[in-house]
Amino acid sequence: MIDVREAITRVHHEEWARVVAALTKRFGDLDIAEEAAAEAFATAVERWPADGVPPNPGAWLTTTANRKAIDRIRRENKRDDKQKEAQMVYDDDPPEPLGAIDDDRLRLIFTCCHPALAMEARVSLTLRMVGGLTVPEIARAFLVAESAMGQRITRAKAKIKAARIPYRMPSAEDLPARVCGVLAVLYLVFNEGYLATGPDTDPIRHDLTAEAIRLTRLIRALLPQDGEVTGLLALMLLTEARRPARVSASGELVALDEQDRGAWDAALIAEGHRLVRERLAAAAAGVAPGHYQILAAINAVHTSARDIRDTDWSQVLALYDQLVRLDRSPIIALNRAIAVAELDGPQVALATVDRLEHQLAGYHAYHATRADLLRRLGRSQQARAAYDKAIDLAGNTAETAYLTRRRDQLG
Amino acid sequence: MQYLISVIDDGTGPATPKEDAAIDAFNDRLQAEGHWVFAGGLASPNTATVIDNRDGQALFTDGPFLESKEYLAGFWIIEAPDLDVALKLAAEGSKACNRKIEVRPFLSA
Repeated sequence: MIDVREAITRVHHEEWARVVAALTKRFGDLDIAEEAAAEAFATAVERWPADGVPPNPGAWLTTTANRKAIDRIRRENKRDDKQKEAQMVYDDDPPEPLGAIDDDRLRLIFTCCHPALAMEARVSLTLRMVGGLTVPEIARAFLVAESAMGQRITRAKAKIKAARIPYRMPSAEDLPARVCGVLAVLYLVFNEGYLATGPDTDPIRHDLTAEAIRLTRLIRALLPQDGEVTGLLALMLLTEARRPARVSASGELVALDEQDRGAWDAALIAEGHRLVRERLAAAAAGVAPGHYQILAAINAVHTSARDIRDTDWSQVLALYDQLVRLDRSPIIALNRAIAVAELDGPQVALATVDRLEHQLAGYHAYHATRADLLRRLGRSQQARAAYDKAIDLAGNTAETAYLTRRRDQLG
Repeated sequence: MQYLISVIDDGTGPATPKEDAAIDAFNDRLQAEGHWVFAGGLASPNTATVIDNRDGQALFTDGPFLESKEYLAGFWIIEAPDLDVALKLAAEGSKACNRKIEVRPFLSA
């Protein structure tokens, strides 16, 4: 039973985007594709425990989803033109070969990231349609209510349909502009994988981080000259490289200063450093680095230190200063404060962090950072309260375990 | 698929001769490439009259239905296969008439 549930979870991660992309291509409607895919997975949850997992789960899901979509169309009798009638034949063909699948997923991404949609709608829609994240998971990733997130996705789909946003790759001349929104989406998918939310999900969802990396590699192959694509790939690789050291055997998150650096993935670090050097060369030639390239450089500094004590914090802070000039996000200001704590002490850092309260009061990392600074200042009472808030807001099981231990170790 | 391209003016007034020439050239292109359905410029909002005959007793009110800084100065109705094509044309239209514009799809049958 537990095996079947695990199988369903795995198949969901592996097959969701492919099923949605195939249905969107066939029916020309994201709404139908999403609903039919969701129904097919619900049917799997119902039947597989009794019937067993089918030998080709992806094909089973695509076939089931196709039937669900056709049933819905018949029921609503909305598609009565001849072209749609022609598609209303049960199609039990095996799924398409991998190359075509990748292309469909990319097409789906560019549709979901269309510039006629608001940036937040693009991100949410891509996470839902391509990433297969649930509405509650996406709502949590963006610190908004589930109902508001559901509406955002519904509105975006309605606009795609009513305004006829096409389901295809952008033209070569439009491609660079269209990539910016895609990168933001992929980074969020990566982050959801790297710090997965929800009590029933693994603390690290390698499938999501791998998916984000895979799609970023694909876009880099299309746009090798785009510095931000390279920067994002480097950032992901240097973050992913630390994954083996990030969760302890007991399922607890391990902070950067306590990680076993020998467990880091040397090959990913080497690749990430190579990409960062490529962008540093471009910066030296006068190409101003963007957001992702600076974040990648910060991670290159961390992954260059054999021991936490060897970390070049002044370099980290200089890079954060550069980043703050580009991006006024309070989350960047929060992360900058961590470098400030190493250079100027926790007292100075705490003053910076406290100023972010009105923007970040609902964000667990804000309270976790405060808690750590208060702990280092020996203000145990306040540290405990901050840990309590962080634990309350943290959605990641490993992070909750880590925060709980830190709180319980307070004197 | 048809789209309404609304020209939004914020008080710059009627088009200059240079803008008119650019609009004519853009219109010619729309017709040559088969996108043209209809287009027109509108007189200023204070020439508008609002009519309410919902209860069978027509009431006439002077002025536009909405007083605002920005108003509809003209429009195109174009035929385009999808929003990407409509947005490209709209971007050129905005350049030609030197105004901000809005693209909105007609309800499809």
